[in-house]
Amino acid sequence: MNAFDFLIRNRAEVLQLTLEHLLLVARAMVLAIPLGVLLGIALTRHKAMRQWILGAANVIQTVPSLALFGFLIPVPLIGGIGDRTAIVALTLYALLPIIRNTFAGIAGVDRAVAEAARGMGMTEGQVLRQVEIPLALGVILAGIRVATVISVGVATIAAAIGAGGLGMYIFRGVAMVNNQVILAGAIPAAILAVLADVSLGWAERRLTAR
Amino acid sequence: METAAEHGSVIECHGVWYHADGGPPRAQPQRRALVSDLSLQVQRGETLILLGRSGSGKTTTLKLINRLLEPTSGEVLVEGRRTTDWDPIRLRRRIGYVIQEVGLFPHFTIARNVGLVPSLEGWEAPRVQARVQEMLRLVGLDPEQFAPRRPHELSGGQRQRVGVARALAADPPILLMDEPFGALDPVTRAELQQEFRQLAARLGKTIVFVTHDVREALLLGTRIALLAGGKLVGVHPAKEFLRGPEAEVKEFVRALGAGDAALDPKAGD
Repeated sequence: MNAFDFLIRNRAEVLQLTLEHLLLVARAMVLAIPLGVLLGIALTRHKAMRQWILGAANVIQTVPSLALFGFLIPVPLIGGIGDRTAIVALTLYALLPIIRNTFAGIAGVDRAVAEAARGMGMTEGQVLRQVEIPLALGVILAGIRVATVISVGVATIAAAIGAGGLGMYIFRGVAMVNNQVILAGAIPAAILAVLADVSLGWAERRLTAR
Repeated sequence: METAAEHGSVIECHGVWYHADGGPPRAQPQRRALVSDLSLQVQRGETLILLGRSGSGKTTTLKLINRLLEPTSGEVLVEGRRTTDWDPIRLRRRIGYVIQEVGLFPHFTIARNVGLVPSLEGWEAPRVQARVQEMLRLVGLDPEQFAPRRPHELSGGQRQRVGVARALAADPPILLMDEPFGALDPVTRAELQQEFRQLAARLGKTIVFVTHDVREALLLGTRIALLAGGKLVGVHPAKEFLRGPEAEVKEFVRALGAGDAALDPKAGD
């Protein structure tokens, strides 16, 4: 029996795990996008925060994902077994690319353009909303896209702490030493990642079309 | 010291210093003064040229007027009020600002660029639109053709015209222009200079115009203020500038005499 037969025979379960997987990623991104973009904007305004926030996000990124999930379990309120812990971990993981790209995108806007905007009497909020964010949008969206694709992969590990998703098949397959079962989790996860990449790439082009 | 504006004096600088890395005073003895002890007045309706080499403090002086920078000491008065007493947003909307072509917003249409300040000021859409058309015609651009385009679809000279139209859109009494024609080819530049001269005479705005090009200064200025190393060397009526006694004036005059080759129009600051 090959992996495809397995997928077809278990399609109901595959579908349910795929949905779980998608929901994990989607809920994490719903948290990570506003948080990451706001932090990225804050960094462009407050130099002192820069090294702290980028440093913290970098450190989080260097923690192996499996360890991060493990570390969070004993933390009160956000920890425990289940999808809440997984969503927190995925959010933390997704933050760095979003923060970094938001910051780099806005910092990369031609300083003369931003200064002209101020010189013409735009308020700081107007400069940000009407000039800096629109001009940085491509870079910000690229960060969101990278974060989403990474999250689809990292979310397979969520199964290790009981949050479900396609990682269930992968861990089960590893335990059973059964490649078919591993592939039954890995193939849909890979397809999800590719779909996320393509669709967000499309959205990116649509939104930044000049 | 809240002196009322002297007769006809729209902008006044009194003993203005500006140090790099300004803002909150820090214990940094080596801070470089970009503007040192500058005092000058700009009369209503005149075009005052700030002439100087790169790094002479011309652009800094301009930014001190619209409060993009605040003086480290001394004071800048606009319409009799210290810039630091003005609400910076209100102040800047009373002052048109034209810089080299980079100042147009690349993601806005020409119409939106020109109509920006009126829109910020809360004008209603039809009024903004009418004003945009009027301004584009004023600077010699066909509104039908140009309003819907983006800045990158225009030539350098056309973009600069848009920059002037944008600065004039809300009918500000004061215009600040920072080497507006510096990035243009010589023919287009000459064309725009001539048009600008007529426009300035017609509109009666108070204009502060920064350039390093002594020909441009002589052509457009009512008076010319020569800056060197952040200091004001002297202010002369444009007609008398060439006879100015200061050594720095003579340097500029020599450069003029040396012919076009000596005046590199691309040397920006």
